[in-house]
Amino acid sequence: MSFCPSAFSPNILTDLANIWCWSFMRNAIEAGTLTAVVAGVTGYFVVLRKSAFTAHAFSEIGFAGAAWAVLSGVSPLAGLLIGSNLGGIGIALLGRRATNRDTQIGIVLAFSLGLGLLFISLYSGYAEQTYAILFGEILGVSPDQVSETAVAAAMILVGMGVIYRPLLFSSLDEDVAEAKGMPLLALGMAFMVIVAVAVSFSVEVTGVLLVFSLMVTPGATAQYLASKPSRAILTSVLIALVATWLGLFLSFYTPYPVSFFITGEVFGFYLFIRFVYARLRWEKISPGSLLRAPMDRSG
Amino acid sequence: MSVTAVAGSELISAENLAAGYEGRALWSGASFSFGKGEFVAILGPNGAGKTTLFRVLLGLLRPISGSVRIFGSAPRRGNPHIGYIPQRHTIDTETNVECLELVRLGLSGTRWGFSPLGQGDRDEAWAALQAAGAEGLAHRRLGALSGGELQRVFLAEALVSNPDVLLLDEPLSNLDIKRETELLHLVNNVVRTRGVTALLIAHNINPLLPHMNKVMYIANGRMATGTPTQVLTSESLTRLYGVQVEVLKDPHGNVAIIGVEEHHGDIP
Repeated sequence: MSFCPSAFSPNILTDLANIWCWSFMRNAIEAGTLTAVVAGVTGYFVVLRKSAFTAHAFSEIGFAGAAWAVLSGVSPLAGLLIGSNLGGIGIALLGRRATNRDTQIGIVLAFSLGLGLLFISLYSGYAEQTYAILFGEILGVSPDQVSETAVAAAMILVGMGVIYRPLLFSSLDEDVAEAKGMPLLALGMAFMVIVAVAVSFSVEVTGVLLVFSLMVTPGATAQYLASKPSRAILTSVLIALVATWLGLFLSFYTPYPVSFFITGEVFGFYLFIRFVYARLRWEKISPGSLLRAPMDRSG
Repeated sequence: MSVTAVAGSELISAENLAAGYEGRALWSGASFSFGKGEFVAILGPNGAGKTTLFRVLLGLLRPISGSVRIFGSAPRRGNPHIGYIPQRHTIDTETNVECLELVRLGLSGTRWGFSPLGQGDRDEAWAALQAAGAEGLAHRRLGALSGGELQRVFLAEALVSNPDVLLLDEPLSNLDIKRETELLHLVNNVVRTRGVTALLIAHNINPLLPHMNKVMYIANGRMATGTPTQVLTSESLTRLYGVQVEVLKDPHGNVAIIGVEEHHGDIP
């Protein structure tokens, strides 16, 4: 293998060429890009449906699955997929507006973490895999994993394309969508399965504990930047993409983990948009709209 | 199916209808019929089963007994000829989606697949916003609207599919008297110009009286339906409620209903 330089230079193009020279960085960029696109698209709906807690629960249930997989010598991804999908279907079966089932989800979530802990303690081998599941291991992604992620991403995007409008409709106006004959339960379940798969692959990049940073924060930020769903989804994807790329770049030249940079970037950007940009912009469009108390809808 | 195929002008009719949940009827023995272009007010205490009637008409709830016909056939879920404005919406102050998009979904939200450039529903959405007096709200965020503005957008969302029947579940709650009057004028205008049959659930009869063709009272597990002059009498409401009820009229035509625990007839 030829020599690849790793020293930082002021020329950004040289830096990018250096990074691309390393095969582990190429894999990481490819997997990260695919994940960011998928997380950005699904994340918009997670936020719109107020399912952030549900999405979080998936990853914790997936953690139990992954820990079990490591213990049984199966691929952690398989465990993640099984765990999060079972969790997703279960939550969808809880009925409409599963978002309001905070208590039930919390109870299952706590038990899942306990199960995961049990599996870890039973596993006498090297704990690095567990650490990777919890905090992400994007720099260790293999070309095979990149191909798997590509297949999953394609399936998720096609699935989201098919259910796009009914999902948007039922997320925004559930009762009218139901009266119009939309299959709410099937839609909710399809979306939960899509999110479960998206979470499972996002875990490769950010880990179980930081999955919010790609699944929720870009979607939440995008809602303040665009009020047309199609544009908001593109914005959400763009935020996730830039955060992932920048995180990989910064991590390459510093001793700090990629996940930290990604979470830090999206959080910082969210704060800026939420408290600086949105305030300036909305004050201009509808004066006082931010000052109005949330309950006051009588005017 | 088209409305013109219905014999006579009866769009909605019921014969000895009973409905409720888990086999227990909320109301029974209901017989009524509403024709094209009729504006009907539905009143009654909380929990009397007003929304239940809507759920039956929408095909979301199977009646316990009796028969109900809408457009000449049994209700079915997803009937595009019915526009529905439910009482509760999932929209709150955090909903950062523009109104035009919601109205478009009223038409295209039931279509599968994704067309990034599909703008076919835009003209209809604009027309519906105009009919609801809400074209100025098109690019506003749903979360930033007041209660009255939201109701106008919901009305546009219901009108966009060009329905023949409108079911409005308490659109006037949380509105002050001025917005209440404005919204009622809008709905009345739609009813008159489009020949839409509108059923509107409300708590106060007086603002509705100038517009209504018929009134339906649901109370005590029964219904009383007819023109306001037939239903809004001491005899008719006493029969319905089973207790002595007094209907008083002031010189402006407002009514006050005395003897019922809830105030369905406050003089504004």
